[in-house]
Amino acid sequence: MQQIGEAIELAIGLLLAADADLLEIVTLSLYVSLSATSIACVLGLPLGAILAVTRFPGRGPVLVLINALMGLPPVVVGLIVYLHLSRSGPLGFLGLLYTPTAMIIAQTILIAPIVVALSRQVLEDLHLEYAEQFRSLALSARQIIQALLWDGRFALFTVALAGFGRAVAEVGAVMIVGGNIDHLTRVMTTAITLETSRGNLPLALALGMVLLALAMAVTAAVHGLRAGTAGHADA
Amino acid sequence: MPERMDRNDPTGTRACRIELKALAYDVAGTRLIDVPALTLEPIGTTVVMGPNGAGKSLLLRLMHGLIRPSAGQILVGGKPLSAEQCKAQALVFQKPVLLRRSVAANIDFVLKARRKDRSRCRDLLERVDLASLADRPARRLSGGEQQRLAIARALATEPDTLFLDEPTASLDPESVQAIEGIVTAAARDGVRIIFVTHDVQQARRLAEDVVFLSNGRVAEEASADAFFNSPETDVARAYLSGHLDRLVET
Repeated sequence: MQQIGEAIELAIGLLLAADADLLEIVTLSLYVSLSATSIACVLGLPLGAILAVTRFPGRGPVLVLINALMGLPPVVVGLIVYLHLSRSGPLGFLGLLYTPTAMIIAQTILIAPIVVALSRQVLEDLHLEYAEQFRSLALSARQIIQALLWDGRFALFTVALAGFGRAVAEVGAVMIVGGNIDHLTRVMTTAITLETSRGNLPLALALGMVLLALAMAVTAAVHGLRAGTAGHADA
Repeated sequence: MPERMDRNDPTGTRACRIELKALAYDVAGTRLIDVPALTLEPIGTTVVMGPNGAGKSLLLRLMHGLIRPSAGQILVGGKPLSAEQCKAQALVFQKPVLLRRSVAANIDFVLKARRKDRSRCRDLLERVDLASLADRPARRLSGGEQQRLAIARALATEPDTLFLDEPTASLDPESVQAIEGIVTAAARDGVRIIFVTHDVQQARRLAEDVVFLSNGRVAEEASADAFFNSPETDVARAYLSGHLDRLVET
């Protein structure tokens, strides 16, 4: 209990002092996780919409696979990305290992299935409501997908948040492909792991509280954006 | 009685004759629609009437190509109903399904999707008296306003034939009157109207022809005058007199 009190005091102190190292770690954490979330959404939302609208042989097994991939272990993803980006790997020539880009790649792979699976469910429910009207209007599959993505945008914000939450809290994959290098690839979660292993539990706890506050701030910002724009359409 | 097009002069309409031949629609072995032959001329307003469960909405969906018949043919202008011909039709559902965007954006979406002149949006909204609500979220309109928007959206596709599936069900008299006015104006502009209702008074106001369905079959097909003044079948007589329950009991 004493450690928790000490940690809260330390966390507040770090934030009030605007500690340069802390700001660097926070900025990199946000950069990596928001980049991975953005890429996963750009790729995953249209794919989720296609799966929601189309029917094809083998669709059932594809959905089962994507749902299963939502539970991908981060260390396994990290290891696979490591093997591909390491000097002897097929993409070793790119020299991306132990860079933020490698961390973004790993997190994108980790959260893309979440974005695809959740958006597919959201958009399939919406499509059930619209399907007959869309057929009556003789819309193409592309037009239907565009309409669903736009009309489902508020629910899809929540999907993106789920992806961001998974990315920002993840440690295994970024540790393997980023290496937790000070001033280069150290993010909140890897810093917490390091401080814990050093026995500096109050600092680790303080960093954990900052991470929690960070995740809550991003969530609040997205909800604020949603609430601000929902009045112009209809949630 | 609203001003109408000359039924013997189809030059003012782009619609084609719709012919149903040996049309059947089955679900789980039960025949829900069974129409040996029915011809709908390419002009005017036909009201499809009948009690609940008679198959009125199903017949509309079949003619619009939303569902495939189990047997038989639907010919439009002598040719089997095609995707291209379906594009020349529009359907207004009993419960309007509006997109989660503004009133104007609902119209603009269809104009853009169907590559129509997008500057018509304002004009269409004025036709249904919704121009002042153009920026309002469509789903926050009243029931009558939503249905008027659905009709404007259907008219945005410039249909030859407009199907309306009980568009005034559960609306107040003022909204009913507004929608009937819009439909009558569309008919006057040459749009072929096929209107489903079980409101006898509304059918009297709108119909030039009546198709009366009972148990999935065409019990009677006649001009409005003939149907309302001297119905030929017991079921139509009972329906018009409001005593269909007695007929069913006997």
